[in-house]
Amino acid sequence: MPSALGRHPGEKIEVPPPPFTEGAFPCTDCHDPEIPVNRTRRPMEMAHAEIVLHHDEEHRWCLDCHSAESRDKLHLASGALVDFTESYRLCGQCHGDKYRDWRAGVHGRRSGEWNGHKTYLLCVNCHSAHAPKFQPLKPMPPPVRPEGLAGRGEPK
Amino acid sequence: MKQTLPSRREFLCAVASCAAAATAAGCSDLTHTGWFQSRFREMSEAEKKDLVAGLEKSNTARFGKEVTVGVEPPMAGAEFGYALDISRCIGCRRCVYACVEENNQSRDPQVQWIRVLEMDKDKGVDFAHADAYYDAEQVPRDGHFYLPVACQQCENPPCVKSCPVGATWREKDGIVVIDYDWCIGCRCCMSACPYGARHFNYAEPQIPAEQLNPKTHYLGNRPRSKGVVEKCTFCIQRVRNGRYPACVEVCPVGARKFGNLLDPDSEVRAVLENKRVFVLKSELNTRPRFFYFYGL
Repeated sequence: MPSALGRHPGEKIEVPPPPFTEGAFPCTDCHDPEIPVNRTRRPMEMAHAEIVLHHDEEHRWCLDCHSAESRDKLHLASGALVDFTESYRLCGQCHGDKYRDWRAGVHGRRSGEWNGHKTYLLCVNCHSAHAPKFQPLKPMPPPVRPEGLAGRGEPK
Repeated sequence: MKQTLPSRREFLCAVASCAAAATAAGCSDLTHTGWFQSRFREMSEAEKKDLVAGLEKSNTARFGKEVTVGVEPPMAGAEFGYALDISRCIGCRRCVYACVEENNQSRDPQVQWIRVLEMDKDKGVDFAHADAYYDAEQVPRDGHFYLPVACQQCENPPCVKSCPVGATWREKDGIVVIDYDWCIGCRCCMSACPYGARHFNYAEPQIPAEQLNPKTHYLGNRPRSKGVVEKCTFCIQRVRNGRYPACVEVCPVGARKFGNLLDPDSEVRAVLENKRVFVLKSELNTRPRFFYFYGL
């Protein structure tokens, strides 16, 4: 079973809160356990229409990760329930090499102290679970060319 | 015709008496700073304390806010190493600007310690065809990869060997530092550095007071003056207090890794032991402590 721990037994991984869409959590606010679950694969229309799955969408669907029985949880392939704060265990099932690197601090970003307390980012803090490809960014401005620097002649 | 210039003996006597007069006149801040300042490396703790107090006072007055100047020594058991994942870097230059803000580089004329090179995937790591001035709506651009370069913190640093006055040296934790008060601005180190990592203040550095980072280190990000060389120090003011360098914490793709090479559990050690790693211009035997790797 994947461990929720860091590189050493007993080492706790501190992560920021998962990036929920505002008002989306807890899921049970809307998903009443009394309502029967529709397990048919279908585009979302009534709710979650903004979610377009670009994450192995040929093979995957909501309930592969989200638990239908315990709506506020995720589930592993084994059926074991996982909190959203430990979603890396779920991601790690398929992306084992990245999970291993992340736990060693090679994949992903850490902040805090190099010799002490560190905070890890969750996979989903950088990769949207529904469309995980990292989005391109606008670069910051290029440096001024030497001929344009103050004190070194007039800019061309 | 009779020679009217003072003899060597007369000249030296005059200089000595002027110096004695200045000291006697109670110019206490002249003893360890300014003209009579000795080499930082040779200063006693008391002298460093005096020096720092003077610098804090003058910088606080100059920028209108409380500026601290630290002299934290290297930590025992720590030798710093850095690893950068070039399979992840997207060339967004967030690191460049975070570094400028953290380390009080001059805004005008512009000084930047990190240079991000755009390279062709077809050519590989090829400095002759690299472009530092790329601009685009979005990065990464197709067919390109990005290689940020700053000081490589060499174990065998050519810059240190080339300095005629000993104003730059390698500390026990592996950081190559500069004493800006001892630098004579000859720029020998700049021509000796094979990585273009050293930068010169051609004009008086301009930093808006509200943008000044007031937490400084004597050998790092304290405000510099015109005519001295500067470069990356792994954010000495942060790392000697246990923190990560600013570029590590800002990188949106997490390509930058920092840690203690002597600690088998550090991120850099994990990179060195498990990834394909290279250093720039290894043929020069500079032995960089800055490693590039392919994380994918």
